Amino acid sequence: MDKEPMDLNQMLILDGNAAAGLLEEIFAAEMTASPTECAHCGRQGEVATLVAFTYSPGLVLRCPACENVMIRIVETPEAVYIDARGAAYLRLERRAS
Amino acid sequence: MKQPITWQIAAVKTIQQETPKVKTLTLRLPDWIPHRPGQHYDLRLTAPDGYQAQRSYSIASEPERRGEIDLTIERLEDGEVSTYLHDVIQVGDQIEVRGPIGGYFVWEAKLGGPLLLIAGGSGVVPLMAMLRHRATSGSQVPTRLLYSSRTPEDVIYAGQLARWQALTDGLKIFHTFTRTQPANWAGYARRIDSEMLREVAHPLLPAPFTFVCGPTPLVEAVANGLVQIGVPPERIRTERFGPTGGSG
Repeated sequence: MDKEPMDLNQMLILDGNAAAGLLEEIFAAEMTASPTECAHCGRQGEVATLVAFTYSPGLVLRCPACENVMIRIVETPEAVYIDARGAAYLRLERRAS
Repeated sequence: MKQPITWQIAAVKTIQQETPKVKTLTLRLPDWIPHRPGQHYDLRLTAPDGYQAQRSYSIASEPERRGEIDLTIERLEDGEVSTYLHDVIQVGDQIEVRGPIGGYFVWEAKLGGPLLLIAGGSGVVPLMAMLRHRATSGSQVPTRLLYSSRTPEDVIYAGQLARWQALTDGLKIFHTFTRTQPANWAGYARRIDSEMLREVAHPLLPAPFTFVCGPTPLVEAVANGLVQIGVPPERIRTERFGPTGGSG
């Protein structure tokens, strides 16, 4: 691997763990251990296992199997926009009150 | 109802140089709560003009240490946050943090073992929190750490790891040095591959709780290698460190 130049995109890839703070701010719950499903290929896995791109204007979470964009989050000074059309579901644990 | 995650002002209690490029900041937190080993804090810097930069840093300390946390930070040449934390910040300064954050990449003694930890570079930081928690809580679950560094000088927590290595509490530590090795080095001197994984993990198989942390190329190579040697995918948890941003 030393002989090949590192693919910059690969170096910049993070995972859903990198989105933990923002997701917890939005959902008021720890989300990285929550299961979700890719709406394109049907892969199921925890949010932490999604591929994260944090260098774009906003946050993009992709499916690690088929690379489908599952969740996009954009923050503005006034609001947060969430586009989750690429996720079939996102599970939030019900808390004992 | 859980409290929403909020920012608090931490004070820098001590700064320790771990390696030429890595420092540990000990922060005193007014609203400290015990973390789960493997979790991180978000850290935010605000410039006088209001510009903000935010990064995530893994907690290196064990949750048994009350009121404060260690964050171990690698200095990245073009990292706007890590260069500030290395070159500017002093003991007594204040910085904004929020946490602890995350619930996927965590290990607690009550989960049991065996435990297989694999790190590349500063990816050792969250695994260190697990090892310190293991030691402090008196856990003796069979545990192995495989730690890939470029050179011996790049090994973070070298002193503590060497002291643990001398104990017989079920922890074994393996280093691999990919660029330069110590004189008369008889250990690994290459990138982690499935043969190395098999040799290190063998006594812990078939199903150790496995945590892998490092740069994306290492994490992907190791995760594939682990599956090749038969570790069930659901036992493998990974966290990727980026060259900037996520850990910058």
